[in-house]
Amino acid sequence: MKALRNYIDKIKPNFEKGGKLEKWQSVFDSFETFLYVLGDTAPKKGAHIRDAIDMKRVMSVVVIALVPALLFGMWNVGEFHFLSLGEDASFMEKFGHGFIRVIPLVLVSYIAGLGTEFVFVYIKGHEIEEGFLVSGLLIPLILPVDVPLWMVALATIFAVIFGKEVFGGTGMNIVNPALLTRAFLFFAYPSKMSGDTIWVSGLSGGEGVVDGFSGATPLASAAAGAMDKLPSTMDMFMGYLPGSIGETSVLAILIGAAILLFTGVGSWKIMLSVFAGGFAMALILNVFAADTNPYMALPAYQHLLLGGFAFGAVFMATDPVTGAQTETGKWIYGFLIGFIAIIVRVVNPAYPEGVMMAILLMNVFAPLIDHYVIQSNIKKRLKRAKA
Amino acid sequence: MSSKKLKLLSDPINLNNPITVQVLGICSALAVTVKLEPAVVLSLSVFFVLAFANVIISLLRNTIPSRIRIIVQLVIIAALVILVDQVLKAYAYDVSKQLSVFVGLIITNCIIMGRLEAFALGNKPWPSFLDGIGNAAGYGLILIIVAFFRELLGSGSLWGIQVIPDSFYNLGYENNGFMILPPMALMVVAVIIWVQRSKSKELVETN
Repeated sequence: MKALRNYIDKIKPNFEKGGKLEKWQSVFDSFETFLYVLGDTAPKKGAHIRDAIDMKRVMSVVVIALVPALLFGMWNVGEFHFLSLGEDASFMEKFGHGFIRVIPLVLVSYIAGLGTEFVFVYIKGHEIEEGFLVSGLLIPLILPVDVPLWMVALATIFAVIFGKEVFGGTGMNIVNPALLTRAFLFFAYPSKMSGDTIWVSGLSGGEGVVDGFSGATPLASAAAGAMDKLPSTMDMFMGYLPGSIGETSVLAILIGAAILLFTGVGSWKIMLSVFAGGFAMALILNVFAADTNPYMALPAYQHLLLGGFAFGAVFMATDPVTGAQTETGKWIYGFLIGFIAIIVRVVNPAYPEGVMMAILLMNVFAPLIDHYVIQSNIKKRLKRAKA
Repeated sequence: MSSKKLKLLSDPINLNNPITVQVLGICSALAVTVKLEPAVVLSLSVFFVLAFANVIISLLRNTIPSRIRIIVQLVIIAALVILVDQVLKAYAYDVSKQLSVFVGLIITNCIIMGRLEAFALGNKPWPSFLDGIGNAAGYGLILIIVAFFRELLGSGSLWGIQVIPDSFYNLGYENNGFMILPPMALMVVAVIIWVQRSKSKELVETN
């Protein structure tokens, strides 16, 4: 480690003003601050107290929290690939297959996204913003495994430019860039983002399928009324079902949630209220369930285990930039995400999954919620002052 | 032509463009730009209506009582729009069907009312005519640029003729379905505004 520090100190003068590589200062700076927390997190004068944890460290925590979902996703990709072929495979073969399929997605998303950020930083002469560290890993985790790489690259570039850079970069964006990437793909290339064949590696390429195997996600089966095809509750919780790479295993996501909550990076209020909102809406639907629509009778707790609900609640809704900032606002914001997600899921047959739409919609409304929370507080205090 | 008159023509095309600078007529820019052909036809229709409405209002400007001028303007625009609509139905039925209500909705196009109110009511017929032509050209230009990209990327064709070769599709290329949806038209307009503002700095507000 010492050698690395020395090396950085040695090459540093090249990037400073007047140095040979002055133009690359921002790139150098971002790598240096990624590797080391610099000493100047608090100003030299005055009584400012700052947390030593800067944004790059916060982002790293989220990346670590995503690792369980990523690893499980890799295994799951391999598992369903060999299941669809009807072949037996060892644990390592399954994991290896998933690894080979998932790593390109991760690389493409990071290269495309960071590349776009570097270009903008270079033009603006700003410091590099670290926001993409998390988005770059979130993007592959919310995609089906068979999506073509060039589409991922295109969508990532679109999302970074129009979701973030045009608003002023990290911390200024209105919607979550990772979800914007998915939304772009969903609307631009629906044949690669929905259906029954895309969720299992190799299935859409026409590789052999054994009898009785279905690549449909449980939500698609439920939307089609095939309630008997749903996996058991235990499988839903463990994530033993086809779906986007990182979204399937609620267990892996909960491990991530524990890391986020323990370090204080994610808001427990938002997570809890998203689940509460989804549960409430699912209960309401249960009450009004008719025989003609068995989907409405799906038990509320199963709704929370299926699809991207848990993933959205833990990793997407809690994004501190796009979510609500006020404490009361967080409850309202989270509750409505869960509520709307289940409505879209069950009531709109065109969208088997509603979590993406719900979070994007509430991202847009988060500032409004905050505004009214603050206004009502002001009114309350004015009243108290008068009395 | 004096430079002042020339400015009437050139200003609306770039620095005072009705769509990208004044942000008028956005609705039709979103609605008819999925394909190049209807966009061009609508641009020509607006061109005709705006140029002649400007001239007619300018000729009548001293006789129209100010209180009822909006009604008079609407009558004139509506008459011209009906003319255009009938001609399109007679000679370009397919396009007319594609455009459906949007030909009729030229009446409510804010650019036309805007030019009549802001220019034709206070200027002589010849400058009004130039102003009408210039604004219609500025409007049409943006419409055609937007339609070009939307048709090329959304349908892989231009003017209904496939331009992206089959070999691309065989390699796995796909048309971008998002381009066909209205939100993407807004995005393309936004990019045009972005490019325009980074080129002409005088358009950037300072506050």
